[in-house]
Amino acid sequence: MTEHDRGVHIPSARRVPAVESEAQLRALLTSLSGVDTVGAEARAAKLATRSVKKSTKLAAIDMAIAMVDLTTLEGADTEGRVTSLCTKALRPDPFDPTVPAVAAVCVYPDLVAHARSVLGDAPVRVASVATAFPSGRASLNVKLLDVREAVAAGADEIDMVIDRGAFLSGHLGLVFDEIVAVKEACGASHLKVILETGELVTYDNVRRASWLAMLGGADFIKTSTGKVPVAATTPVALVMLEAVRDFAESTGHVVGVKVAGGIRTTKDAIRYLVLVNETVGSSWLSPDRFRFGASSLLNDLLMQRSKQHNGAYVRPDEFSGD
Amino acid sequence: MSDDRIDVRKTYKLLVNGAFPRSESGRSYEVTTCAGAFWANVAQGSRKDVRDAVVAARAAQAKWWGATAYNRGQVIYRLAEMAESRRAELREHVAVAEGIGDAEADAVVSRSIDRVVWYAGWTDKIAQVLGGANPVAGPFFNFSLPTPSGVVGVLAPQNSSLEGFVNSVLAPICAGNTVVVVASEQRPTPALLLGEMSATSDFPPGVFNVITGYTTELGPTLASHEDVDGLDLEGAGDGANDLAIVAAGSIKRVLRPRANEDPSSLRRIRAFVETSTVWHTIGQ
Repeated sequence: MTEHDRGVHIPSARRVPAVESEAQLRALLTSLSGVDTVGAEARAAKLATRSVKKSTKLAAIDMAIAMVDLTTLEGADTEGRVTSLCTKALRPDPFDPTVPAVAAVCVYPDLVAHARSVLGDAPVRVASVATAFPSGRASLNVKLLDVREAVAAGADEIDMVIDRGAFLSGHLGLVFDEIVAVKEACGASHLKVILETGELVTYDNVRRASWLAMLGGADFIKTSTGKVPVAATTPVALVMLEAVRDFAESTGHVVGVKVAGGIRTTKDAIRYLVLVNETVGSSWLSPDRFRFGASSLLNDLLMQRSKQHNGAYVRPDEFSGD
Repeated sequence: MSDDRIDVRKTYKLLVNGAFPRSESGRSYEVTTCAGAFWANVAQGSRKDVRDAVVAARAAQAKWWGATAYNRGQVIYRLAEMAESRRAELREHVAVAEGIGDAEADAVVSRSIDRVVWYAGWTDKIAQVLGGANPVAGPFFNFSLPTPSGVVGVLAPQNSSLEGFVNSVLAPICAGNTVVVVASEQRPTPALLLGEMSATSDFPPGVFNVITGYTTELGPTLASHEDVDGLDLEGAGDGANDLAIVAAGSIKRVLRPRANEDPSSLRRIRAFVETSTVWHTIGQ
């Protein structure tokens, strides 16, 4: 299928280039042009000033709700907590059935089976972090076992972390092989590759890691685990969206983007939606291609939605904590 | 001082969360002396300023109520100290705003500062006067404890720019509430000065928030805001009834204006206090 949308032309017949050796991969990644840091930050800041009001804002809020991966990744997670999370995912506002369900719930692997059983046949997907999340510091066998168990328990989507240590010390082949192996272990489940951009230091690294993950077979590339101080930022999202756009134009392969960590307000979420629309076009404004990984964002979206409908500012504790 | 020195003019800004922002809307309006001459440009707050102030007040409330009553009293007393050291400035602004002579304005300032001290004294006495141990038919202690309503929105009196402002704002604050106050529309500068003094009195940021602007514009936002627990309609004028109806939508405590109020009355403090009653067994 050929798509014409804000200049993004996705060819139908092209293939993802096969990676045969680390040297070839390195050559491919270093041939990517560098990111203009000042330009990327200025463009992200400029797009953040877009004013989205009234019915457009309402549409954006509903769109954002449908893109949320409602997440709980705490050591203190219990089945009860996951139950309430799933209930909220299905019906974010118990008093308003017109609020769409979220895209997915995101939990640790040991809670996947429970989440699946609570959600039943509902269209809300179960995502699970795996591969020794959040540090990614375990042997490949352990990581693959982690993934297989999550998939067997019913995870529709796997959020893996890349080995940042290997990436930063130049062992690109190692990172690539790991992604390929995890993708294989995922089977039919979707693979989201977490780049942990806060630890990648430069935008150039973000661009290269994005390409590396996409070449390795990622269905989504994701900014952060949410477990390090620097999480998703708009310039990083811009760089990743550009990588996704370039990858689609040169290979015909569509990859989604998930931003996660530190996105708490409706205003932030709408800024990301603007960024998506302006970078890769409106065809990416769908839960199949763009997601928010968040926990507290959903309540702010619900509060703003209620404000838009009823005119009065809402009490934050009107909406449940989980 | 040479004549060509450039004036250092004051910008009158809002007080939100311990900071002094201009209005989110970027607007300002002109305030005149009582006689009608230009006096100052003042920030014209918008509903979003009210929203931000309520968020700050909500966040500060637990900390303010969590402090000991003794400590709250000290903080409020410090406001009196700050006001005393800037009383000449307060007197000038009250005289201009209310169109009264210096001697009369001086008396207003003195009474206002004395009121601050009066409220400072009340912080650790509210529990004795409004609460109590209740007799019950069983082996139990039964206590009624006054607790603050939470976040209180205040439409400050339109005429009494300082003394009335002090009464409207410090009554809920001394009971452990945090306050978002819309200052007198045409006479806001004494309130803004007191706000500045509160910022150097150890109030945790967010306890004392002052918005200036049009009461008819800001009142409905404050009245309809579901995260505001109480509403003082002292300065609402003819709009008071409508605002009270709007406030009922989120079951707020509403304080209506009353003429010739006895200054020793606890009505203002009592208005924004909830009573919680606890039972406790007697014995081991």
